[in-house]
Amino acid sequence: MIRQAVGKSVPRKETWEKVTGTAKYVDDISSPGLLHAKIAVSPHAHAKIKSIDLSEAWKIPGVRAVITGEYFPVLTGSPLADRPPIAMDTVRYYGEPVALVVADQEYIAEMASLRINVEYELLPVVHSPLEAYQQDAPIIHQHLAAYKRHEEVYPEPGTNIANRTKIRKGNMDEGWKNSDHTIEIRVTLPQSDHAAMELRCSKAEILPDGKVIIYSTSQSPYVIRRAISQSFQIPLHKVIVHTPLVGGSFGGKSAIQMEYLVFLASRAVGGRAVKLANSRELDMISSPVHIGLDARIKLGCTHEGNIVAAEILHLFDGGAYSDRGVVMSRAAAVDCTGPYRIDNVHCDSLCMYTNHPYSTSFRGFGHPELTLAIERAMDLLADQVHLDPLEIRSRNAIGPGDTTPTQTILDRSNVGDLPKCIAKLKTLIHWDDQPIKQIDGHLIKAKGICCFWKNSNTPTDAGAGAIVIFNPDGSVNLLCGAVEIGQGTRTALTQLLAERLRMDDRMIQISTGVNTETDPQHWKTVASRSMFLVGNAVLKAADDAIEQLKNTASIVLGFSPAELNVGGGRVYFKNRPDIGIEVEKLVSGYKFPNGNTIGGQVIGRGSYAMPNLTLLDPETGKGNPGPEWTVGAQAVEVELNTREYTYKIVKAATVMDAGKVINPEFARSQVTGGMSMGLSFASREAFLFDQSGSILNTQLRTYKLIRYGEQPEYLVDFIETPYLEGPYGLRGIGEHGVIGMPAALANSLSTAVGVAINQLPITPELIWRAVHDSV
Amino acid sequence: MPSYVPSSYPIGLQVNGEWRTIRVRAADTLLYVLRESLGLTGSKSGCDNGDCGTCTILVNGLPIKSCIMLAVEADGQHVTTIEGLIHSPVLQAFVQKQAFQCGYCTPGFIVNCHGLLSIHPDANEETIRIWLESNICRCMSYEEIHEAVKTVFTPKNAAKPTANGS
Repeated sequence: MIRQAVGKSVPRKETWEKVTGTAKYVDDISSPGLLHAKIAVSPHAHAKIKSIDLSEAWKIPGVRAVITGEYFPVLTGSPLADRPPIAMDTVRYYGEPVALVVADQEYIAEMASLRINVEYELLPVVHSPLEAYQQDAPIIHQHLAAYKRHEEVYPEPGTNIANRTKIRKGNMDEGWKNSDHTIEIRVTLPQSDHAAMELRCSKAEILPDGKVIIYSTSQSPYVIRRAISQSFQIPLHKVIVHTPLVGGSFGGKSAIQMEYLVFLASRAVGGRAVKLANSRELDMISSPVHIGLDARIKLGCTHEGNIVAAEILHLFDGGAYSDRGVVMSRAAAVDCTGPYRIDNVHCDSLCMYTNHPYSTSFRGFGHPELTLAIERAMDLLADQVHLDPLEIRSRNAIGPGDTTPTQTILDRSNVGDLPKCIAKLKTLIHWDDQPIKQIDGHLIKAKGICCFWKNSNTPTDAGAGAIVIFNPDGSVNLLCGAVEIGQGTRTALTQLLAERLRMDDRMIQISTGVNTETDPQHWKTVASRSMFLVGNAVLKAADDAIEQLKNTASIVLGFSPAELNVGGGRVYFKNRPDIGIEVEKLVSGYKFPNGNTIGGQVIGRGSYAMPNLTLLDPETGKGNPGPEWTVGAQAVEVELNTREYTYKIVKAATVMDAGKVINPEFARSQVTGGMSMGLSFASREAFLFDQSGSILNTQLRTYKLIRYGEQPEYLVDFIETPYLEGPYGLRGIGEHGVIGMPAALANSLSTAVGVAINQLPITPELIWRAVHDSV
Repeated sequence: MPSYVPSSYPIGLQVNGEWRTIRVRAADTLLYVLRESLGLTGSKSGCDNGDCGTCTILVNGLPIKSCIMLAVEADGQHVTTIEGLIHSPVLQAFVQKQAFQCGYCTPGFIVNCHGLLSIHPDANEETIRIWLESNICRCMSYEEIHEAVKTVFTPKNAAKPTANGS
């Protein structure tokens, strides 16, 4: 009997390590003689650095180095190199590193970092993307034109625009002419934090031969290797990056930040091993954050509710430096309409520089933000034409034969089945058999829904490799570069391998960590792409190993390889399964009774890169940005107290087209985890800035997250429309639970109070203001 | 010039059943000492401010956030960390329900829940909520943790069936 591996809820490989406290994260790995680094940060959001006095810091015994931006002037950042790891001349956000101390002990480094005296000359602060967009706004980056560009990015020197993506599809005049109804809306959401429980932490050591060893809490070990190599002119092969288990990241650990600093710290003390660990406060404000958005949307539709025109302006709050914010703004242009068929689209998606912390990838990559905006617009439109909110979405749902905003033609494979998701959601939340709004005294129950789609906006050459090594006992080691950040990918990859090798998944080992010296490269563990990219590499490696097994077995058994099958720990004759040989006897080469041996250790190798992707045309946005769209429909049910404007989230639902569910428990947990995160930032999370641009809530005591007991009832269901290029038909699902939650929450509360809620976070105070401003 | 050479003090404490004596600085937190001096890295730092619960341990059986307790305060006390709870039914329940993703908050949740179970084996939903809301999990929706926790507590009425039907 061959155990099926795909579609089964196998437990995580690292289960026992995680529950017993023996799992090792970067901060748990110590070594004798390790030095500690701390950063001194700017107390101003925008200022000129007049002078830095390090003398008081040096006086503290145990201090080994104190450095500033002058120590190694370099600009980092991809796609746009605009950020010095330690500020030079100017600080552009509250919390920006201005100096770095290395000392024998962490407390000594911290003490010294507080004794660095910097003289600043204050500059005008740009508080929002809208302010940044004004003609007379202070310019945050004077030398924008000179910055090196690594990937496609279109900054506009002389302004605060770090990137502009244009979508020009169809004919807008035609679109508006055919519109019987139009609506306009402005939707905003502030910057917030990833708030992974594990704080960012990196270690670096430079060996006498120039080899650089880095340990880091990262989703991108292979990008760290490239970034350190490029920024400090070190041959790539001399940079070795280790990423053990990561304690949550949600995009926030895909940026390269701590790694530059800790490398400089080690360099400043002659290459000794140095650790740099963030405090929670610095993790929230100094390291990159979740992007904010100020969006304006105009939609037009016919009497029947068919949408014919969309004009969209996104002003993203990218913060002080561009990092991945500029790519997120592009992603939000690519999918700007939501999953709807619209023939005439005009969108400008801008990533704005502001004097806020800088933004990087956040789960959903621009999609939770764009979805909030477009889905609020959809509800408004439905209201205007007196259509049921689900009905108008159903009517306009995108599908095979339609084109996307970037004019990609869709088919049944590259886009999931949205109408099916909507239909299933309808039943799941009793949309038809209960009123959308029920009033019971001062309590109002209301439902809100939304749809989403997401492509991945990956570099056109993103890829991954995998190696499958057979052990003498017939078990297998899988080597690959996917980082285990809690999502379960490494375990799920062993399921793909077990399925292909038709063996027991418990006989497949995979390490918890990634080592760039021994594991084949994987682009990054981001964009819900690891199961797709690494998974395809794993299947190829499995096929390679199968071929080797069959070749050796064919000599032993006297059949051609084509007549053989592998499975259940044996290689056997297809027509007579009882004729065969155990895999164990083949995996180290087969030894004949006379001692002669054929073959050698079975080692399969596979690699995969995405085909057919193109860059976008800078004038029209035309192009193919990513391999496939995962689609889904989501809902939230709230109970609002009209006396206090407090509310309880009663239910939250998601129906998603997963292509193929590999591990049902993991899949559900990923989706509900994403939903929880979306509900958390939609209902309470935001950085609070004062007039000078300082952040007031830099602790988890004042920056609140959803806690145990606040969880609603979660309803999750999947549809499986295979994506033909994906392993066993799978689509990305890691991020997607988060995408529609803010929109569904805003829609439910808008329905409950009868006033449009177009802003996050939706606190009781915000609802109260919305209600009172409307009368 | 002031002296920065820190004074250190000897303390003795029982950790997971073993008596340990170490020297600590007055300002060292118990979390720091457990991790750096005793090698017990299962307790994690998540905020150093008592906000997130990833560092939760038991001191004399009661859950304490070890990031806001000084090591010198633990002198003579009985300390239990996640490393000492390998046989806890809570830990087994977390395995059974796969009630973790990244695993970083997991030790804190298990320790806190174990502390509650030892004191109130029949804790009701409300009590469980009040105790466990002191820990944060960012990966999950708390649904799985709730499922795991449910299995280890015996509801009062089920645990003590009474003959008089009251």
